[in-house]
Amino acid sequence: MNGELALVLVATLPLVGALLTVLFGLRGGFIALAVAASISIALFVLILDVAQGGVIEIAVGGWEAPLGITLRADGLALAFLTMSALVMVAVILFAQGGFAPRTIAGKMVEKRASYAFWPLALLLWAALNAIFLSRDLFNIYVGLEMLTLAAMALVAIGGKAESIAAAMRCMMFALLGSLLYLLGVSLLYAAHGTLDIDQIFARTTTANADFVAAGLITAGLLLKTALFPFHAWLPPAHSNAPAPASAMLSALVPKASFYILLRFWFEAVPDLANQAVMWFLGGLGALAILFGSLMALRQMRLKLIIAYSTVAQIGYLFLVFPLAGGDYSAQPWATNAWSAASFHAISHGLAKAAMFLCAGLWIVAVGHDRLDGMKGLAQAMPMTTFAFVLAAMTLIGLPPSGGFTAKYLMLSAAFSAGDIIWVVILVAGGLLSAAYLYRPIAFVFERKALQTTVFVSHRLQAIPLILALAATLLGLASNIPFELLQIGRPFASSGEME
Amino acid sequence: MITSAMIFGLCGAAVIGIGLYGFVIHRNLLRRVLAFNVIGSGIFLLFGAMGYRSPILGADPVPQALIITGIVVALSATALAVALVVAYARATGQSTLPEDGAEHKTEDKADER
Amino acid sequence: MSEMLPLLIFLSAFLPAIITFFLPQPAYGWRNGLNLGGATLALALVVYMLWSVSNGAIYETRFNLVPGLYFLLRVDELSLLFMTLSVSLWFITTLYAIAYFGTKPNLSRFFGFFSLCIAATIGIALSGTLITFFIFFEMLTLSTWPLVVHKQNKESLAAGLSYLRYALPGSVALLVAIVWLNSAIGPIEFSQPVNLQALDDTSLRIIFALFIMGLGVKAALIPLHGWLPRAMAAPAPVSSLLHAVAVVKAGAFGIIRVVHDVFGVNLMVELGVGLILALLASATIIWGSIRALQQEEIKKRLAFSTVSQVSYIVLGVALAGPYAAIGALAHLVHQGLMKITLFFCAGIYAERAEIIRIDALNGIGTRMPWTSVSFTLGAIGMIGLPPMAGFISKYYLGLGALEAGQSWVIAILAISTLLNAAYFLPMIYRIWFLDAPKASSVPEISTLKHPLSEGSLTLVGPAVVTAFAALAVGLFAGAPTSPLSWATLIVERNDTP
Repeated sequence: MNGELALVLVATLPLVGALLTVLFGLRGGFIALAVAASISIALFVLILDVAQGGVIEIAVGGWEAPLGITLRADGLALAFLTMSALVMVAVILFAQGGFAPRTIAGKMVEKRASYAFWPLALLLWAALNAIFLSRDLFNIYVGLEMLTLAAMALVAIGGKAESIAAAMRCMMFALLGSLLYLLGVSLLYAAHGTLDIDQIFARTTTANADFVAAGLITAGLLLKTALFPFHAWLPPAHSNAPAPASAMLSALVPKASFYILLRFWFEAVPDLANQAVMWFLGGLGALAILFGSLMALRQMRLKLIIAYSTVAQIGYLFLVFPLAGGDYSAQPWATNAWSAASFHAISHGLAKAAMFLCAGLWIVAVGHDRLDGMKGLAQAMPMTTFAFVLAAMTLIGLPPSGGFTAKYLMLSAAFSAGDIIWVVILVAGGLLSAAYLYRPIAFVFERKALQTTVFVSHRLQAIPLILALAATLLGLASNIPFELLQIGRPFASSGEME
Repeated sequence: MITSAMIFGLCGAAVIGIGLYGFVIHRNLLRRVLAFNVIGSGIFLLFGAMGYRSPILGADPVPQALIITGIVVALSATALAVALVVAYARATGQSTLPEDGAEHKTEDKADER
Repeated sequence: MSEMLPLLIFLSAFLPAIITFFLPQPAYGWRNGLNLGGATLALALVVYMLWSVSNGAIYETRFNLVPGLYFLLRVDELSLLFMTLSVSLWFITTLYAIAYFGTKPNLSRFFGFFSLCIAATIGIALSGTLITFFIFFEMLTLSTWPLVVHKQNKESLAAGLSYLRYALPGSVALLVAIVWLNSAIGPIEFSQPVNLQALDDTSLRIIFALFIMGLGVKAALIPLHGWLPRAMAAPAPVSSLLHAVAVVKAGAFGIIRVVHDVFGVNLMVELGVGLILALLASATIIWGSIRALQQEEIKKRLAFSTVSQVSYIVLGVALAGPYAAIGALAHLVHQGLMKITLFFCAGIYAERAEIIRIDALNGIGTRMPWTSVSFTLGAIGMIGLPPMAGFISKYYLGLGALEAGQSWVIAILAISTLLNAAYFLPMIYRIWFLDAPKASSVPEISTLKHPLSEGSLTLVGPAVVTAFAALAVGLFAGAPTSPLSWATLIVERNDTP
């Protein structure tokens, strides 16, 4: 299998799988698992090929841009693809038992969930892969919409009134975001006649419309990434969905819109990236970190804590803009900041998915997710607790973990650039996340004999543990991912880390 | 000289405006979904108008292709949104969302998974 | 092979820890054998390395984390000093812990984190770069927290929270200092000369302060010492480990590394921060002793005594000069041996005779002779009377103070010795020279659980061994294999002009 075929498979297999799971509803779980395995193999082949031969690019249908759509696998794309693959495999494994079709008649909710979960999950994956591989802004729009729709449906899959309300609320935000994005894209097309990222970069004229377009696109994507102050829809949505769905939603969905922002500002219109815009984005990120962490400290439900933690952690990602964007992109520390954002996105994805899966297991064990009812769970489920603590380590940024590597690289870039404010933000964020993640751990570690715990199999408990271990391992074996990220990176400066 | 494209474009902008107004004013969920559709249509109109080249060359076909794709996407989104509205109405009997934060007050009982 | 040796020693503690987590509670034989086996292996490796490093061999394990950031384990004389102490005391403490816990629950969890803690300490000892040091330093915090909260009661959890509240901000300070230095002058290796010219004096002072803040939490410098007395809520093996081997010594070791191998003694003096550090250490010495006097519980008094004693090491480091450095390094070992003896005995008193408070020690000497002799030896060493080890290190510190021209330090040492005597001698007096109270007259003091047996061999033995080791180390300080000689070797080999 050569690289190009692998790329095509990675992009299309999830779609095929989704169709198959609709056709063969009863076997949905098994089909999803088979598809997940195949995609992983294809992705592995793709990584090997890119690592040896450099960036792989194909024009769909043989039609070149601007009429055709280009798909490209470079380092950044591969990193995000791998993260999605790991999380999706874990979620699909995790949900095998839970979403199996029930033979109890009359239970409408369960039947719907088992019928709808697999196609939705695979469609989500398909959307993610499409976004990560596309070089065309409109193709990205389609992927983004598919992602949003699949995600919203997953939020509401439980069928409770709160879930549906949460899904409605996030639909409002998401649809508004899509419309803004679409408007921006149309303005760009009107000005330059192309929507291919590289061709936009190579444009010779900069119309005023470009600023407006960039603004609209960014605003739309910020709504979808739930960056402060557009974060209100995220906590209820993620906390009211079933655990595997929350894992996908928190770990993967915001990353896609962030990825698009990264591509847009670093590859499509880097000339528009002046300091004001970059610092504005960084400033919003800083506010997200502070606000999300403070809100997380006040929650009494575990899933809400984890959801607000996502709000905060997304803020970290946006620090890449002031540190590596615009004027700084040629500086030696830009490599560190840029790689830091990727490391952070990936380790957060793995750790957050692990955390939500752990929360799901605990909820199965005690029946709810209130903190004060979770005492003694460390004793009853040590494996899950350990996975949770490992995931917390990545989110706080304690070594060794992918989160620590990201934090270190970002701090290093901030120091090199002389912008100490980001150092303060990063440090404060780390301490705050330690504070709000300590609370559930402390409750769980309190000694108490639990009256009623449903037994959770060790196989299920192993899944979040593996995800958390992967996030930790990312910090130790970080050299290979770091090198991989640099493949195909635009304006890669030759400066090494100081 | 006012070209037909300009008229379409202005119409499109006006439609977007109407949609936005509708979205902001109404709290009823169905009307909000409708408003989104109107905004979407306005954007498509605008997009189509941007495909204007000179009268000799004829219009640029790419925006039209994009519009068609966009309509399909908008259709799916509307379908999902309406389904949610119906499900919500069935579950709670309401047709508007509660005030912000009301969802937090209920706790997450054993997940239906 | 020489590349794998440092990693091998780390693994000899790390792997048993991981495997122990999976062992079920009843697997006593496997668990004990695994941990003791790991300790023995580590000890053997350390002895081998001691011999070859004294002949000039170098061992390194190195790999890249990200470009420019690399992980380095390196064996040098200083790391061997710390590692020998840690590994030998690991073995002894494991024996003690096995006897102390008996059949109490959660043993696999305990021994797993215990060995993990030792692995982290070994990593700290072997660290060759600042970032490696930081990684293991954090690992130490994370692996000792479960030990502190082991009993899982309210007090333990509060102690654990206090520990984290001090340790995590401290680690933040440390990280900021490290990143600042690394981004300004590149990666810092302890064995390579460090050129700090690129930074101005103010920045260097701030960085130094950040280092001391981060390391001072673990080294219990005031005002960062608050977690240590509260950590007494942990079981006795944990207190022994924390106070003699792992945590506090890691902090002191870190300060030694930073002062000697990063900043250099001369720069420290030039910047003026050396004097400030010496003052801070002296204040800690005095304050720790005063607080110790006020305590009525044995473990709490020992905790404050540790606060005081570890600052001897910091004081020695802060006083520029070879004698002070020798004194500091020797005291690292000496204090370790003496303090662990005292904590072992405190644990034996608590477990076998339910003695927690000092006024319950009356007359225990005749009923628990071995423990009490060990306790007395440890206490005498703490006061600094010859021929115990404590005297040797204080003597060298005094010499170092004179050499550095800071004679006021001698006054500090003298006052501290008097204070030590003031809080240790009454305990010794109670143990040997007062009669045990009748059970009816003092209601709170309970009778011995087993009035005829003091404790099993592996419970009392470790205390006796370390007590006599402290004696031997002092008596035979002139021998070429004593900690004092090794300390002298370190200072001679690394004397930076």
